Amino acid sequence: MATRVGMEVSIAAAEAVKQANADIIAAYPITPQTHIVEHLSELVNDGELDAEFIPVESEHSAMSVCAGSSAAGARTFTCTSSQGLILMSEIVYAVASLRLPMLMILANRSLNSPLSIWNDHSDVMSVRDCGWIQVFMENGQEVYDHVFIGFRVAEDRNVIIPFMMNIDGFMLTHVIEPIGLLEQEVVDRYLPPFQPLYRLHPNNPVTMGAFGPPILFTEAKKAQDEAFNKTMPHIIKAWQEFGDLTGRYYHPIETYRTDEAKIVIITQGSLGETASIGIDMMREEKEPVGLVKIRLWRPFPFAELREAVKEAELVVVMDRAISYGGPGGPLAGEVRSALYPQESRPRVANFIIGLGGRDVAPEDFVQMVQQAKAQPGEWYEIYGVRE
Amino acid sequence: MAKPENEITWRDLEVGIVVNEPGNASVYCTGDWRSQRPVYATERCIKCGTCYIYCPDMAIKILRDGYIEHDLYYCKGCGICAQECPTGAITMVEEEE
Repeated sequence: MATRVGMEVSIAAAEAVKQANADIIAAYPITPQTHIVEHLSELVNDGELDAEFIPVESEHSAMSVCAGSSAAGARTFTCTSSQGLILMSEIVYAVASLRLPMLMILANRSLNSPLSIWNDHSDVMSVRDCGWIQVFMENGQEVYDHVFIGFRVAEDRNVIIPFMMNIDGFMLTHVIEPIGLLEQEVVDRYLPPFQPLYRLHPNNPVTMGAFGPPILFTEAKKAQDEAFNKTMPHIIKAWQEFGDLTGRYYHPIETYRTDEAKIVIITQGSLGETASIGIDMMREEKEPVGLVKIRLWRPFPFAELREAVKEAELVVVMDRAISYGGPGGPLAGEVRSALYPQESRPRVANFIIGLGGRDVAPEDFVQMVQQAKAQPGEWYEIYGVRE
Repeated sequence: MAKPENEITWRDLEVGIVVNEPGNASVYCTGDWRSQRPVYATERCIKCGTCYIYCPDMAIKILRDGYIEHDLYYCKGCGICAQECPTGAITMVEEEE
């Protein structure tokens, strides 16, 4: 049923947005997101996608347009990177609290300064607590598939929360991979038209974004927190149904060779594929090492993580952002929180790697595991720095 | 909303805290914000309507005879009417006086 074609991941993402039949796309170009929005603007211009493409003057406006678009009941897509996300962040938080479903692809890139157009995860970590569902994608197929999954989850009446896909800038956005494309009929079966719970319409006026005085604000935040904490089963159901239709099943966490693994490496995003080669190299040397890849970042899969590392004595967490003055990288902080309630728990070593586009090779994972074994205690270290 | 604000629980709130009762801002008593109150001296009023035009909260009513009345349910006590009145017919006094 599905055809596999060689395609740049950015183009595959844009084609998926077309197949998802988005109504409004508002975006401002920023490297390395550009190929996605350029291709979408071509599709709209050429009449292949019946949507409004709104080329705004900044990312702040892009997300503001998306807020209005979703509020009006349109299927809404945007895409940005790095500084663009920071500029739009005011509205990123607002749309989550307003419960306006939409899909955003974040082509992950480092933040100034120094100026860098290359990949790490410091942009998304700046909006970690913004109230969006957030996933990290490992390869082009996941990116293509999650455009449909993302719209479906975001617009689900049981969820109604915006959905953010993290895809590593250049490392994923600009590579050409074989992508299994779906027939339109399969997409249409999986992704029903968007039916908003509330929408801005003169026949049935509502107020969105009213102010919340101190006597109501806490109740508003509790309602948002409760709604977010109930999303997990609906995300899992959306993955399950996608798998039943396509044969491609996804989970909050993926494991690789974790059977009887005393050492577990944890990664997010495209690094997982490189790490798995490193795992194979170490397994050849009889090192009992496995890999856990965290796909779902928010809501964080605490129980699934505990299960995945239950046999481990040492966990080596790979972060691609720094939390200055914090507990190491943001991922390591979450992993430690997940493990803390357990009576016996593995030691957690934390490396911060791949900042600002620095390459990480399979051999680096071998070296980091050796160092983590040799160096006792809980610590974090920026790996591969020239002293 | 039927319940008083201090009895509303998080479960009572609409998704996204949407307000699906249009125009219910009219029940919100902004007069509570006031620290100064306008005092109106009819004998100085020339019925020009300047205060009515300037009031940012539409808290001034023009009566049938052309004189005015402050609606203290909404008046926030900003004092713009007193500032703009050409004859000094409106003065602001502290609420506690």
